[in-house]
Amino acid sequence: MNYQLSHLRELEAESIYILREVAAQFEKPVLMFSGGKDSILMVHLAMKAFYPARIPFPLLHVDTGHNFPETIEFRDNMVKKLGAKLVVGHVQTAIDSGMVREEKGVNASRNGLQTAVLLDELEKGKYDAALGGARRDEEKARAKERFFSHRDEFGQWDPKNQRPELWNLFNGKKQYGEHFRIFPISNWTELDVWQYLALEEVELPSLYFAHKRKVFAREGTLLADTPIIERRPTEQLIEKMVRCRTIGDMTCTGVWESEADTLEKIIQEVSTTRMTERGGRTDDKRSETSMEDRKKKGYF
Amino acid sequence: MGTIEQDTELLRFSTAGSVDDGKSTLIGRLLYDSKSIFEDQYDQIKATSERRGEEGVNLALLTDGLKSEREQGITIDVAYRYFATPKRKFIIADTPGHIQYTRNMVTGASTANVALILIDARNGILEQTRRHAFISSLLQIPHIVVCINKMDLVDYGEEAYEAIKDEFSNFSNKLDVKDIHFIPISALKGDNVVDRSENMPWYEGQTLMHYLENVHIGSDHNFIDCRYPVQHVIRPYSDEYHDYRGYAGRIAGGIFKKGDEVLLLPSGFTTKIAKIETYDGELEEAHPPMSVTMLLEDDLDLSRGDMIVRPNNKPEVSQDLDAMICWFDDNPMQQPRGKYTIRHTTQEARCIIQEVLYTLDINTLHRNQEDTKVKMNDIARVAIRTTKPLFTDAYRNNRITGSFVLVDEGTNNTVAAGMII
Repeated sequence: MNYQLSHLRELEAESIYILREVAAQFEKPVLMFSGGKDSILMVHLAMKAFYPARIPFPLLHVDTGHNFPETIEFRDNMVKKLGAKLVVGHVQTAIDSGMVREEKGVNASRNGLQTAVLLDELEKGKYDAALGGARRDEEKARAKERFFSHRDEFGQWDPKNQRPELWNLFNGKKQYGEHFRIFPISNWTELDVWQYLALEEVELPSLYFAHKRKVFAREGTLLADTPIIERRPTEQLIEKMVRCRTIGDMTCTGVWESEADTLEKIIQEVSTTRMTERGGRTDDKRSETSMEDRKKKGYF
Repeated sequence: MGTIEQDTELLRFSTAGSVDDGKSTLIGRLLYDSKSIFEDQYDQIKATSERRGEEGVNLALLTDGLKSEREQGITIDVAYRYFATPKRKFIIADTPGHIQYTRNMVTGASTANVALILIDARNGILEQTRRHAFISSLLQIPHIVVCINKMDLVDYGEEAYEAIKDEFSNFSNKLDVKDIHFIPISALKGDNVVDRSENMPWYEGQTLMHYLENVHIGSDHNFIDCRYPVQHVIRPYSDEYHDYRGYAGRIAGGIFKKGDEVLLLPSGFTTKIAKIETYDGELEEAHPPMSVTMLLEDDLDLSRGDMIVRPNNKPEVSQDLDAMICWFDDNPMQQPRGKYTIRHTTQEARCIIQEVLYTLDINTLHRNQEDTKVKMNDIARVAIRTTKPLFTDAYRNNRITGSFVLVDEGTNNTVAAGMII
């Protein structure tokens, strides 16, 4: 008998351990759900961690109003199937009430506005732990973040003063009003996620698979045609076979030319690609440390 | 390349090196040569290197992710990096080498299978090298690989390599390390990292990548002593699972089988394992590091922090711990008789540090019994008394049941890591 787990099963065991640790250490956790593959993976792992009980926390979606329609449809179906509770925070409502102000101009994005809405929802719901599907291989600031990431009462991350995390001992102690961001899939890579989703036959939004779509090029990235993006006169629409490697707002999520219309083909593509998945995210390109700067302010 | 690689193993290794040993360059090299660096990442660091007027592409920028690290050109915090070869997936805990970040090195070393220690061939063994070797042994990293780097700067000479190897072996004989390996490399030029060096025909051993891909890690867990800390009790409260009571947890040691007679701690009751469950179905047996749910034949009192073991193989059940600790916090240890929260497996208790027996000079291994003040980055031997019994093993037998952290009750910070002797 061989007592060595495969790397996917070892990652799964680690993530399940962390999810259970959250249920045990916190009073009111919430799972941040974006509709992307990483949060779908998180939901799948949570389902496994607490089986046969239901997932013992609600899902929270911060809806920018700029989501791909496919994302919202998928989200609602999934929640229904799981019998889970869904809480939605709307960026549009926050704009209407004057809590945040919309960016203007060609590259306007609601990505930054999500932070204020997220923090507001966490406060309203009195959530003391927000589970997220961020991975350390995604981005250099994320590579430094802990599984249990402490946030002060303003939701800020202090990268220079993180709590040491050793073995599998996680310290979720906090003062009143503070909370934790928790990242159970920190150690997964993009390829691990795809391999695992294929292995487990997890259902995914159609956006991830190659399909025909009208797109245009901007600063080296292909963006989907939508009324919410102002096109410059020089930016011509073309129809291409594309797919999303990450799913975020339509305004900042690039699509990729791809013929990968099955999970097997996607895995093949991911394992040979020479570009990072966030390479198509214009929100990361604003400056060299834009992720670190956003995270310090409370971005997820 | 197979579509779904189920059979690849996961290997975690930590890197340690002093500031200029070229540690970040080596990691950059491993990522670059295994084609794990993406074009856009490469373009980004290339642009940054050019902007700063650096010669060539500074691969260190790949791992130094925080603003302050890039500004100072040093690694401050543990950064995790990932790469894969067809044989294995690797997680690198890249830790800072500077003395003021010893605690970060301890953190990165805590889960590693392999410690990679870098030595600059021109400088030989420095204080920092000794410190890193000592910490690797203290944290019981099963395998140590010593890379003698910058061989290009000593004309790829065998004598330089052999001299450092001898000196290191003399020192490491005094440490508790099981498996040491030496490799002469040049991270900058790529010699013996992934590809064999043509510049060092006298070296007949394996390259670093070959070592990492093949070192045997199958017995790094304890498969003998059965330890199952109860993490969470699953009670579905649904009609279908009315009386269901599942004990969720991660196997910390040994192999548990369905039908095994087990002993519950602290109650001392014995019962049998009725089922080992997962979402994917029942298991006949479970081993580390699996996360499972156990169902017991009898309905007995058992909750988070308790432990399931075998009747003839019990851990130490005691309120007194004898341990080595590494102090992490800016605030020194409260003395005398400092009070802290202790976290051990899934258990939490309060404790008093009854005595500091000595602090250790990690450069000379000298035990200082006079100066027992414990400040940030210090290593000390302590006697601890807990408010309730913990179920422990010696750290050298089990890294999970032999380790703990101390938490400050005022600030909630994790202030120390401990290894039970």
